[in-house]
Amino acid sequence: MPIVLESLAKIVFMFLLIMGMVPALIWAERKGAAFIQDRTGPNRAAIGGVRLAGLVHPIADVLKLVFKEDVQPEARHKAFYNLAPWLAMTIAVSSYAVIPFGDFITIAGRKIPLVVADLQVGALYVLAVASLGTYAVVMAGWASNNKFTFLGGIRATAQMISYEISMGLALMGLMMIFSSLRITDIVAGQGDMIFGFLPKWGVVVQPLGFILFITAVFAETNRNPFDLPEGESEIVAGFHLEYSSLKFALFFMAEYCHMVVGAALIASFYFGGYQIPWAPRAVLEANAGGLLTAKLIGVAVAASVFALLFLRRAQKEKNKFNDNRDREPVLGAGLWILVAIGAAGALLLKPWTVGPQGAEMVATVFQISAFVAKVVFFAWLFIWVRWTLPRFRYDQLMHLGWKVMLPLGVANLVVTALVMAFV
Amino acid sequence: MSQKLVDKLQQEFGADILAVSSQHGDETITVDKDKLLVVLNHLRDHEGCEQLSDVVGVHYPDRDQEFEVNYLLRSWQNNVRLRVRVHTTEGEAIDSATGIYKSADWAEREVYDLFGVDFADHPDLRRILCHHEFEGHPLRKDYPIEQGQECSRPEHLFNDEDIARAARRASGIKPEVGGAHDEVHPSDLLTVNLGPSHPATHGALRVECLLDGENILEAKSEIGYIHRCFEKEAEDHTWAQVMPYTDRLNYCSAMANNAIYALAVEKMCGVEATPRANAIRVIVSELSRIIDHLVCVCANLVDVGALTNYWYLYNTRESIYQSLEGLCGSRLTTNYARIGGMSHDLYDGFADEIRTKLDEMVVGNNEVMKLIARNRIFLDRTVGVGAISQEDALSWGFTGPCLRATGLAHDLRKSAPYFGYEQYEFEIPTGTDGDSHDRIMVRMAEMVQSRAIILQALDNLPDGPLNIEDHSVIIPPKEKVYNTIEGAMNQFKLVYEGIQVPAGEGYGFGEGANGELGFFCVSDGTGHAYRIKVRPPCFPIFSAFTTLVQGRMIPDAIATLGSLNIIAGELDR
Repeated sequence: MPIVLESLAKIVFMFLLIMGMVPALIWAERKGAAFIQDRTGPNRAAIGGVRLAGLVHPIADVLKLVFKEDVQPEARHKAFYNLAPWLAMTIAVSSYAVIPFGDFITIAGRKIPLVVADLQVGALYVLAVASLGTYAVVMAGWASNNKFTFLGGIRATAQMISYEISMGLALMGLMMIFSSLRITDIVAGQGDMIFGFLPKWGVVVQPLGFILFITAVFAETNRNPFDLPEGESEIVAGFHLEYSSLKFALFFMAEYCHMVVGAALIASFYFGGYQIPWAPRAVLEANAGGLLTAKLIGVAVAASVFALLFLRRAQKEKNKFNDNRDREPVLGAGLWILVAIGAAGALLLKPWTVGPQGAEMVATVFQISAFVAKVVFFAWLFIWVRWTLPRFRYDQLMHLGWKVMLPLGVANLVVTALVMAFV
Repeated sequence: MSQKLVDKLQQEFGADILAVSSQHGDETITVDKDKLLVVLNHLRDHEGCEQLSDVVGVHYPDRDQEFEVNYLLRSWQNNVRLRVRVHTTEGEAIDSATGIYKSADWAEREVYDLFGVDFADHPDLRRILCHHEFEGHPLRKDYPIEQGQECSRPEHLFNDEDIARAARRASGIKPEVGGAHDEVHPSDLLTVNLGPSHPATHGALRVECLLDGENILEAKSEIGYIHRCFEKEAEDHTWAQVMPYTDRLNYCSAMANNAIYALAVEKMCGVEATPRANAIRVIVSELSRIIDHLVCVCANLVDVGALTNYWYLYNTRESIYQSLEGLCGSRLTTNYARIGGMSHDLYDGFADEIRTKLDEMVVGNNEVMKLIARNRIFLDRTVGVGAISQEDALSWGFTGPCLRATGLAHDLRKSAPYFGYEQYEFEIPTGTDGDSHDRIMVRMAEMVQSRAIILQALDNLPDGPLNIEDHSVIIPPKEKVYNTIEGAMNQFKLVYEGIQVPAGEGYGFGEGANGELGFFCVSDGTGHAYRIKVRPPCFPIFSAFTTLVQGRMIPDAIATLGSLNIIAGELDR
C-alpha cells in the first residue's frame, strides 16, 4: 500500500510540475518573443485590474478555448479525429515517468527515489515514447481529411523517422560511458569528477553527442526551425488545421509538454540532472544549516529590494491609468513584503541548527531546484531559437538528418568505443 | 531619340508602316496587322527592343476598325521607347506576339478579356481579370457601367488530361535527379490550391499546384479576385477624381502611385510641376519605396519562417506612416498628389522627423541583416530559389528590383529621369542570379539608396510655390476662390467639368517600388478620360511565377512568391 501511495504522490507532483510549467512557458514564450521583437507582449487580461505582467493571459486562453465551439470537418474519420489530440497529450506527459527530478528522500525510514518509475531501460523508454508521438500527428493529419493536414502528417512522419535514429545514436555513446540504460544511473554517474575538478557531465564527455541530441530534440518537438508539420506559411497550419476549441488546446499544450520533456531530457542526460556541480549530496547535507540560513537571508534581502522597487513605482505612477490597474504596484510590494517577512521569520527558528532529517530535506530541495532551473534554462533556449531562426525546407531537413547527423552519430559512437577500449 | 528608330523602320518596311505619329515625346507607328509579328521580331532582334512593357487596347465604336491595340516596347540598352499600333475589328484576329515576348501572354489575355479582341495562335486565350462566367467585355464603350453580373462557379484550372500528362512527364524523370522510383499514376498526384486565402499569398490570388509528394509538377495561377475595373471607373470620372483610386492600386506605396499619375496627366496637359512639388514628390516616392520594400522583405522573411525580422522592419514602416499621416491625413490611401502640384505642403519639423526615422530604419535593417545575411538556413532557403535569367526576365516584362536582381542595372529614375531625379546622386544596386535571395538583398540595398536620395532632397528643398499658376489645371487657393471672380469660376469649372485635358494620348511612367508603373492615357478633349490603362509592375512579373516554381517544392513556391512582391490591388485593378 505505501508503494502505491508513494507512486501516486510522485505522479501527482510530476503532473503538477508539468501542468504548472505549461502556462508558465506559454507566458514565457509570449513575453520572450515580445522581448526579442521589440514589443510589449501580453498585457491586457486582468483579474480585478491586476495583470501579473501578462500571466493572466494563459488563464484567459484556457477559458476561451474550453468554451469555444468545437468545429469539426464533416468528412473526418470520427474515431481517429477525436483520439488524436488526447493521444498527443497522453504521450507527451508519459515521458516524464522515467525522468528523475531529485535523488531520494527518507520518509518513515523508507528511502524513496524521486522518480515516478525507475525503469532499467529508461533511456529506451524515452526513445520509444517519443516516436509514439508521431502517431498522434499522423492520425490528426489523416483523419481531418484535408490536403494541408495530410501534407503536415506526411512531413511529421518523415521528420520523426529521420531524427529518431540520430537521437538514439547520440544516446548510445552516453549509455556506453555510464554503462547503464537506467536514467537514474546516468544522472548519478554525472555527479563524479574528471581530473578532480571537471564535473563528469554528459556535455563534457559527449560534446558531439550533445549537439546531435539537442538538434534531434528540437526536431522531435516540432518547433522552429523544424516546425514543418505546422508550416504556418506553407501548409497553413499543418496537422492541426482542422482542430478548434479544447482539441486544439490539447495539441497546443502537448507541444509545450514536449518542450518541457525535451528540456528535462537535455538536463538529465547532458547537464547532470538534479546534480549541483562541485556540491554532491554529502556536501549539501553536511552544510545544510549554513545553506538554509544563507538562502533565507538571500530571499529576505531580494524580496525587500523588490518590494522597495514596487513601492517606488507605486509612488511615481500613482494615477497612471486612473483605474484598477493602479493597484498593481501596491499589491506587488505587499506580496514581496510578505515574502521578506516570511523569510526573516523563518530565521528566528534557528535554521543553522537543522538536524540530520532536516538536512536531507534541505539537500533534496536544493537538488530539485537545480533540476527545475536547468529545465527552465533549456525551455528558454527553445523559445530563443524559435524566434531567431528561419524554417528548414523539407528536403534540407532530410539532408541534415540522414547525410549529416547520422554519419556524425555513427562516428561519435565509434570514437567513444575506441576511447573506452584503449584509454 | 526614338525618331531615329522610326526613320530606320520606315526605310526597312516602307509602305507596311501605315502611319507615324509623335505626341508628348512618344513615337507611334501604325502597322498592318498582318505585318505586326514581322515588325516586332525585327524590333526585338535588330533594334534592341528587349521588352514588351504592355499591350493596351482602346475602343473607338465609331470607326470601321473599332479596336486599336498598342504594343508598348522598350529598349533598355538603347534607352528608346516605341509604340506599335494595329487596328482591328470584331471577328478579325491579330497574330499573337507570345512567341516573341513572353509578357504578351497575359497582356493579350487582358485585351481579349476586356475588349473581346481575338488573338490568333495564343496558347491560352482565356479571361484573366473577369470571372470565367462573365459575359461581355467591360471596357467596350457600349458596355453599360451599371450592369451587374453574378458569377460564382469556381474554375478548375487542371482537367484530367493535364493531370495525366503531368503524371507521364513525372514518370520520365530519373530517380537520380529527384524523380520517383515507380511509375507515377495520375491518382498519385494531388492538386492543392494555394490561395485565394492562404497565409502566404498576402492578397487574394490563387495558384493551383499539381503535386507529386511536395514537388510541384505544374502550377497554374488565377487572378482577378479583387478586380474592380479601375480603368472603367476612371472613364466615368474627371481626371482629378481618379487620383484617390490610384491609392488602391499598390496600397503599399500609394504616394508613388499618386505622384506618377499626376505626372502622366501633367504630361498630357503640357504643364510641369514646380521644383518644390517635384522635390516633395521625390521625397514621398522614396518613402513609399522604402515602405514597399520593408513590407515585401518582412513578409518574405515571415514566409520562410523568420518571424522576428517582421518587427524590426515593420517598426520603421509604422513610424514613417505616422509622418505620412501628418502630410495628408491618412496612412494607406493617401491621395496626396494633385495634377499640377500637391494637396498640402510639408509640415514644420517634417525634415528632422524623417531624418531621425531614416536613422532608425538603418538600425532596424542592420539588425535584420545580422540575423539573415550569414544564416545558413536562410541562405539554403533562398539562394537559387525562383531564379530567372536576364533574357527571360526581360522577355517576361520584369522591371524594378526583380529585374535588377538578375544583374541588369535598369532603373527609370536614371534612364528616363522625372521629378528631377537627375539632380540626386544614388546608385543602382544589382544582384547576380535573379533568385529570391538577390531580390531581397537588392531591396535592402535600395532602401539605403532611397535614404540617400531623401536626405539630399531634404537638404536642398527648393523654396517657391508648391502648385503651378495655371488654374485651368489646379484648383486655385481658397482666398482666391472666395475673393476673386476668376478664382471662383476656376473652382467651379474644375469641379463640375474637370480638367480639360487636350485630346491626344500619352504614356506617363516612373519607377514604382516594384518596377515600371505607367499610366497610358487617352483623352478626347472632354473633362473625362477616354481611356486610362495602368501598367502595374507586378502583373507581368506574376505571369512568370508558375514557370519559376515548376519542378520545385511548395516552400520554394512560397519563398518565391514573397520575393516577387505581388500586390493584388494593382495586379487585379
